[in-house]
Amino acid sequence: MSYFVNVTLTGLTQGMIYAAFALALVLIWRSTRIVNFAQGSMAAATTFIALALVQAGWSYWLALVVALASGFVLGAIIERVIIRPVEGGNELNAVIVALGLFVALQAGIAIVFGSSFQSFPAPFGLEGFSVGDRRIALTPNGIYIIGAVIVTMLLLVALFRFTRVGLAMRASAFSQEVSRLLGVKVGGMLTLGWGLAAVVGSLAGLLIAGGGFVYPAYMDSLIVFGFVAAIIGGLDSPVGAIVGGLILGLALSYISGYAPRGSSLVTISALVILMVVLLVRPGGLFSSTTARRA
Amino acid sequence: MAEAHGATAVSATGGTATGTRLLEVEGLTSAYGPVRALDGVTLSAEAGRITAVLGANGAGKTTLLRTISGLVRPVAGRVLLDGKDITKAPVEAMVSKGMAHVPEGRGVIAELTVDENLRVGSLFRGKVAKSEFDRIYDLFPRIAERRNNHAHTLSGGERQMLVIGRALLAQPRILLLDEPSLGLAPRIVAQIFGLLRQLVDSEGLSVLLVEQNARSALSVADVGVVLNLGRVVVTDSASALMGDEDLRHAYLGF
Repeated sequence: MSYFVNVTLTGLTQGMIYAAFALALVLIWRSTRIVNFAQGSMAAATTFIALALVQAGWSYWLALVVALASGFVLGAIIERVIIRPVEGGNELNAVIVALGLFVALQAGIAIVFGSSFQSFPAPFGLEGFSVGDRRIALTPNGIYIIGAVIVTMLLLVALFRFTRVGLAMRASAFSQEVSRLLGVKVGGMLTLGWGLAAVVGSLAGLLIAGGGFVYPAYMDSLIVFGFVAAIIGGLDSPVGAIVGGLILGLALSYISGYAPRGSSLVTISALVILMVVLLVRPGGLFSSTTARRA
Repeated sequence: MAEAHGATAVSATGGTATGTRLLEVEGLTSAYGPVRALDGVTLSAEAGRITAVLGANGAGKTTLLRTISGLVRPVAGRVLLDGKDITKAPVEAMVSKGMAHVPEGRGVIAELTVDENLRVGSLFRGKVAKSEFDRIYDLFPRIAERRNNHAHTLSGGERQMLVIGRALLAQPRILLLDEPSLGLAPRIVAQIFGLLRQLVDSEGLSVLLVEQNARSALSVADVGVVLNLGRVVVTDSASALMGDEDLRHAYLGF
């Protein structure tokens, strides 16, 4: 029983990170219909900025704030300068640009910060809490991860639901032409959307780095899981991204914990789950295709 | 019928006297590649009146409105609003200049609720009093009942009411309407056109209406402009156009 609880807790913590990464993908897909393949590299870049600051003696929290802020700036600049020219054109153009950005950013990180493994600090302890005489797989850092993602999501929900700029962003995402005719500055909303998505993506990068090692390509595995989570959720739905992330986190944790030689099956399992979801519900679990058709 | 309405029109909210040219289009030419959808179109919409642009499918009606509001950039010609050249103004700025364009196909934002659709329409004005929303809901009780429903659940008529109500929230001086009757039951069309007439007469709104349904449009309009293959064929009062049987047969299909 305690083994099951531990596997579940690990899955939930991991799932939260996948959810955050998937949410970043969904935010961009909703507004610009572009799958941001560069998201992992963007997150890696800001994580390295945080690492440089921590190594320079800054506190983790200050470094976190600077990294998230630089994520916003990076996302906004990338949308304005690199993505804007291919927006609304051939979908393949945007894919190629995003892939190129992915490679270029990763190379840039290696040039600036070096390509060796470096340890990244965790703000909270990595030892599991004790329940009775047993240690469970929930760590103080794990609670921080779950809390940080939940707070971020609540802030985003509040932004989209209750603020004027949030309404303008949603309108721009759903119908650019109508929004422009209604006087919404759609271009600015898209830039803002990319900036916010990059903040959420950066958060995912920082959270998964905590207590582990980082190198320019350290986000690559998370990219796969993040994409799978986003597609399971339907790519269009923020709620779907979160549910997709948690489903994937739990499923992979059970497979890794219970299947014989499970840990080597994790990546392929993610892809099998993706295949099954796409076979059963091609639009993803939370797809809003019926709404769109109207 | 139309001239009787025209005579009772009051002055526009913008202070422009009824009958003065509010929107002027001069020699407007728009092309999609080598095809000229508009070929030197000159027309004007007067303050406090309904101007109907009529013509068959492909006459250039939708392109005309899209060029006026900047969605399509003309290769030649000018658009003037109240004497000011707005040909190169960005699309986003048009509504704050007093021009609201309701695009073809009921431009509701399907994923937003009715209430959110209205709020998007008022965003550019900053804070807008609740009484203004109530007024729109009073004009269109059918959408008031559904204010918290998503717009994709609305019927065609309700969508048209929503987009017109949303455009009115922008407090426009001139409303550009693209085929508001498309796909609607005659009863709903009559209801919507009747309301437009009322707004024009009592509040000095000006309307530039683009319609394939010439009979309905002429019954509500003051002035008609017949467009064929991107060119203006004739401009005259709605009643004169109604009376010209040859012209109706040749270009208006009734």
